[in-house]
Amino acid sequence: MNVLVLLVPVALFLGLLGLLGFLWNLRAGQYDDLDGAASRILFDDLPRKEPRP
Amino acid sequence: MSLAVPVVAAAGCAHCGAPVPGAARFCCAGCEGAHDLVAGLGLDAFYRRREAADGGLRPAADAPAVDFAPHARPEKDGQAIDLMVSGLTCGACVWLVEQALAAEPDVTRARVALSTRRLTLGWRGKAARANELVALLARFGFRVAPWSPACLRATEDAEGRELVRCLGIAAFGAMNIMLVSVAVWVGWDMGEATRAAMHWIAALIGLPVVLVAGLPLYRNALAGLRAGRLNMDMAVSLGVLASAAMSLSEVLRNGRYTFFDGATMLIALLLAGRVLDRAARRRARQAVAELLALQDGTVTRLAGDGTAEAAPAGNLRAGDRILVAAGERLRLDATLEAGEALLDASATTGESLPRHFAAHEALPAGAVNMGAPFVARVTAAAADGSLAAMARLLEQAEAAKGRFVDLADRIVRYFVPVVHAVAALTFLGWWLLGGVVWQQALVAAVAVLIVTCPCGFAIALPAVQAVAVGALFRRGVLVASGTALERLATADHAVLDKTGTLTEGRPTLLPGGWTEAELREAAGLARSSRHPLARALADACPEAPLVPGAEEVPGRGLVAGECRLGSAAFLGLAEPDAGLSLWYAAPGRAPVAFRFADRMRPDSAAAVAGLQGLGLTAELLSGDAAPAVAVVAAQAGIEHWTAQAVPEAKAARIEALRAAGGRPLMVGDGINDAAALALAHVSACPGDGTDLAQTAADLVLRSEGLGALPGAIRTARRAQRLAKQNIAFSLAYNLVAVPLAVAGMITPLFAALIMSSSSLIVIGNALRAGKEAA
Repeated sequence: MNVLVLLVPVALFLGLLGLLGFLWNLRAGQYDDLDGAASRILFDDLPRKEPRP
Repeated sequence: MSLAVPVVAAAGCAHCGAPVPGAARFCCAGCEGAHDLVAGLGLDAFYRRREAADGGLRPAADAPAVDFAPHARPEKDGQAIDLMVSGLTCGACVWLVEQALAAEPDVTRARVALSTRRLTLGWRGKAARANELVALLARFGFRVAPWSPACLRATEDAEGRELVRCLGIAAFGAMNIMLVSVAVWVGWDMGEATRAAMHWIAALIGLPVVLVAGLPLYRNALAGLRAGRLNMDMAVSLGVLASAAMSLSEVLRNGRYTFFDGATMLIALLLAGRVLDRAARRRARQAVAELLALQDGTVTRLAGDGTAEAAPAGNLRAGDRILVAAGERLRLDATLEAGEALLDASATTGESLPRHFAAHEALPAGAVNMGAPFVARVTAAAADGSLAAMARLLEQAEAAKGRFVDLADRIVRYFVPVVHAVAALTFLGWWLLGGVVWQQALVAAVAVLIVTCPCGFAIALPAVQAVAVGALFRRGVLVASGTALERLATADHAVLDKTGTLTEGRPTLLPGGWTEAELREAAGLARSSRHPLARALADACPEAPLVPGAEEVPGRGLVAGECRLGSAAFLGLAEPDAGLSLWYAAPGRAPVAFRFADRMRPDSAAAVAGLQGLGLTAELLSGDAAPAVAVVAAQAGIEHWTAQAVPEAKAARIEALRAAGGRPLMVGDGINDAAALALAHVSACPGDGTDLAQTAADLVLRSEGLGALPGAIRTARRAQRLAKQNIAFSLAYNLVAVPLAVAGMITPLFAALIMSSSSLIVIGNALRAGKEAA
């Protein structure tokens, strides 16, 4: 059972890391446009800048 | 094989996807221009990438004249503006908008949020450049409006964001506590010290999670208590807090089990239900805000020296002079400065024929100018005007409706006292008669609370709501209010408005003694005018090419060479202007008259029949004159009708129906209907209704017409039936679980099983709410 002393804190720490990541995402507004983000990943080209004729 | 290709090509317009007759590639000149523009920018990948083309992306023949420059805000190196872009349907639209704007050399950033339809645009240079950039989007067929405070309110959802944050915390807690709980449940050979350590870890995670993540629930419970009611959240809060306290006492005395896992899981499941429900309704609210933003516009103010400038309606003060263009909606209370005006006041009074106003007469705010442009003097600023006063009245009525007690709360009112009495008796029974220590008695009592606390129960309604509201959204019915579905399901009387609700609310061309060729010529001439009749004529023949060199004589007609289109007087005819008509004269031919009338919507009669088929008594209540109302009532198949009903009379009729115990569904679109809409048991408004009516109504039908209404009632009734099933099921569950809990035989494992299985069953049942009603 001694291994628990190490494993339980490690498990909790990893979980906490996930939670903090989630809270940070939320605060950074990454959940504000879920539909847009889903399709934006498929845009493969950068906007072009061309001088107007 | 060679056959299939042309069929597919002819199926829809190459730009907007609307059906086109014959082998034409485009449905209108606007779409052809848009297609060339997209191809010219090298962005034709758009047509391959988009998911659907349903004809919505058709460039408007005449974009509403809104000046965007005042909405731009100066930034570090240039200007920025927030816009609401309507017509975005998929990622390809986002791509097209962003790429097209980014290709402009002076644009520094362009970013679209697809969920909120919000475009943030930055550029170097003058504020007036905004209008050109917006015009570019308008040429693609997107409709653009300034990002209004209402849009912001609909999208910025601090409460919803807090719910998601709490859900994240609760889910984290539930999963990690389960990690140690499972160890306790299966660890028969676990030593006492190890078990104690496990419990301490569970408490360490569980207590803060219960305190923090449960906050939204506790706050609701307190609010309910302050209003003197027991609500669902009260039951849940007591259950969660009691089980956390009991578990802490078990930790301290190193009992066999703790219930932290149950408490956190309960919070997580409840919050999940609420987040989904909110997301569904937020989408509906955003769509309503989108419709409203498209109606917002600027007013043309005349400065002292006669120069005109565009200003938002909110900036005008009493005494300012404004210029009201032909076809423009008057947004403020004003009196006519000089001359004469012809106004369509159907939105304010319900009259379908436009009325003449003399100089210095007060003009009704919300009326549309059907004649020549005129100058008016504003009598009240927007915030003090009659429209704002009406909006405040509506808010009060809305607040009264907020007190509607829904099904769940009605049941909880009886359920909670019973459960708490059972829990108290269990505690006393075990402690006094059973002869166990009080901590042991507490475990049994709290077990009663936690098994009755009713995931099924509390998730039963939000799940059904979320599914039904989402399904209705896809069918074009926007439900913004939380209790609207339940109220819609119980409506037993339908009160309908005429103008703009059963009818289209705008003039359409009647058949007459003209030929197709004459219509084509006249429509081509009419295309260059913004006058409502000219637009109706142009709409009647959308393929007519624009006649070049047409000149408008304001308020009288149009001239192009020898051809004239306008009032009888303008053409020099002695004929009286009967009703709504335009005359067209070409050289060498007798003049022809085009007559217009407000026409029934094609689906009105079917919708009324549908409502009657669902057991609702239909009634027509209009501000228009009796003969016109009688005709529409007969066409729609409505027996009871009232004509010349002023707004107060409409509201009084609704009040009378409610006083008699009826549950009226009010359907209306005008400013004159708003009071009745707000007072009714439940109300609906067509998507092209006035902004006040849309704010007052519980449901907004996005598609024009009432066709979706009977289906919405069927869905609401089905949802209500499923909600009742869910509640009955949860109650039945308690019949088994409560005796076990009272007997002290409930372990945390059992509680977790009950909670998750009942939730799954209830959610599975709720999913059926989205199915197309038979």
